[in-house]
Amino acid sequence: MIELVCPAGNFPALKEAVNNGADAVYIGFKDDTNARHFAGLNFNEKNLPKAIEYAHQRGTKVFVAINTYPQPDGWSRWKNAVDMAADLGVDVLIIADISILDYAADKHPQLTRHLSVQGSATSYESLRYYERNFGIKRAVLPRVLSVSQVAHLAQQSPVELEVFGFGSLCIMAEGRCHLSSYVTGESPNTCGACSPAKSVRWEKTPRGLESRLNNVLIDRYDDNENAGYPTLCKGRFTIGKNTFHVLEEPTSLNTIEILPELDKMGIKAIKIEGRQRSPAYTQQVTRVWRQAIDSYYADPDNYTPQAQWSAALNKVSEGSQTTLGAYSRPWQ
Amino acid sequence: MKLSLGPLLYFWSLDDIESFYQSMIEAPVDILYLGETVCSKRRSLGFEQWMELAVSLRDSEPENGHKKQIVLSTLSLIEAESELKTLRRYCDNGDFMVEANDMAAVQLLSEKKIPFSIGPTINVYNAQTLAVMQKQGLQRWVMPVELSRHTLSGILNDLDEMGIKDKIETEIFSYGHMPLALSARCFTARAHNLPKDQCDLKCIDYPDGLQVKSQEDQSLFTLNGIQTLSGLRYDLYNELEEMQSMGVDIIRISPRSRHTKNIINAYYQKMNKLEDAAAYSIAENCNGYWHGEPGMLQSSL
Repeated sequence: MIELVCPAGNFPALKEAVNNGADAVYIGFKDDTNARHFAGLNFNEKNLPKAIEYAHQRGTKVFVAINTYPQPDGWSRWKNAVDMAADLGVDVLIIADISILDYAADKHPQLTRHLSVQGSATSYESLRYYERNFGIKRAVLPRVLSVSQVAHLAQQSPVELEVFGFGSLCIMAEGRCHLSSYVTGESPNTCGACSPAKSVRWEKTPRGLESRLNNVLIDRYDDNENAGYPTLCKGRFTIGKNTFHVLEEPTSLNTIEILPELDKMGIKAIKIEGRQRSPAYTQQVTRVWRQAIDSYYADPDNYTPQAQWSAALNKVSEGSQTTLGAYSRPWQ
Repeated sequence: MKLSLGPLLYFWSLDDIESFYQSMIEAPVDILYLGETVCSKRRSLGFEQWMELAVSLRDSEPENGHKKQIVLSTLSLIEAESELKTLRRYCDNGDFMVEANDMAAVQLLSEKKIPFSIGPTINVYNAQTLAVMQKQGLQRWVMPVELSRHTLSGILNDLDEMGIKDKIETEIFSYGHMPLALSARCFTARAHNLPKDQCDLKCIDYPDGLQVKSQEDQSLFTLNGIQTLSGLRYDLYNELEEMQSMGVDIIRISPRSRHTKNIINAYYQKMNKLEDAAAYSIAENCNGYWHGEPGMLQSSL
């Protein structure tokens, strides 16, 4: 059965994930060792043991993301994060950096290792590298592949594959995007942050509501428009005389309609994005996806996505619309 | 320090590519990186033609005696089986060193124990990662563009302590629009309202990429097919001495459609303490990353 992996930015969100049917929750520590290093988010060695106990008592696995890239000053902190997670008895480490994978494989060989989406493996040759050298059991695929590419990869892959099912949509290959540090100095790889909140400024002006990132104008909204978080790749910029969403519209990924396809091609797990979101988000999305997966396995041949599922998911989507993202590229 | 010319990032015609590299024979660069690193749909030159060009450039006899090492640089984002097939041909070429720009290339090269170098889109943020890859055949790395001199100095110190600093060459992307991101989407096609599968190879119309500005006319990004580059050119002209004293081995200049030779000459003169290129100005360019600041800034530190 396909595994449902849900996000938890804090203990209440973890409880929601566990109680609404997640097979696993994924979390991070309260520092830049993970890719959702946001103020007020994540776990430390005080509350993590309780969180692990809560999840394990109810049969839910706990994955810990240590998935940013340590620089010389911080390397031992990443190493300590691996040791701490191992000592606390988590089920899986999700890692991106090669040296941290190497360390974890060497020091804690019994602890399951997954390659983070930030590791940016998009081919089976790349997956073979991580399997051969660090014994990874599973990889999370970047959201740049089409369904047929994922299917091809699943046939050839030496490891289990986990794909994103729902949440904010990165249009760049994860782990290989420096747009954020170019403008703000902080990026997912270096700081676990993309378009960080401390660089954001909102301003009401006669020309409309303006969002800025480190003073760079990201978007300007009319009164009747919904303003979105100023993530760099979702801004409205100018080419020649045209102003438009040059890189991407603000939408969310939703693959609930292709769940049967993902299962048939052998995908082992669906990941829900959004450790930075509220416990209510985790509750809503976990519940809907649990229903979808259960309804699929109850009667695989007659699976139909329910209207109320989409309605519930759209309510918590960025930009209030969902898309299949790169999965839908019909030409490949 | 040596001077290198990085792979051509943009899509040019066969004629333009050939005349560009012909004009580089006499340029004072030590290393030329050849190959398509951005989009597999660009086929001005196929694998055989890149190889022919590589052989002819290696065998050329520059009048100034400046012989060149040729390195084959590979695709940065590998998605399709056809791309893996081409990649295998590069890795198995048997003649030239290969620059891996995706971990698939690192896998193919390291599994066969072929020495290799890695480009700036391979995520190396610490010396421990270099140490792992050095055992697998790594000989040279290009630092990811977002890293600073502080990080570089830490990495070089750590390599020294590990006793492998002399076994790995360090190359710094020092001039040109910086490769910042890769996507499955083609942004040049999107700007023309075309789907990626019917892109009409529009990027051939933008020999230095397509400029993206904010609504306040601030230069932000440069679109180059599936690649997003910085809006401003990175320029470490004023940092050359510092890099030399830190132990950087190679300075990389990224090709542009015009003025590349002037840039190379200015860098070469400065590096060799020849007459200073007095007219050289970094005014329009940026260097923030090197100084630990947002990449788009120009720092005077």
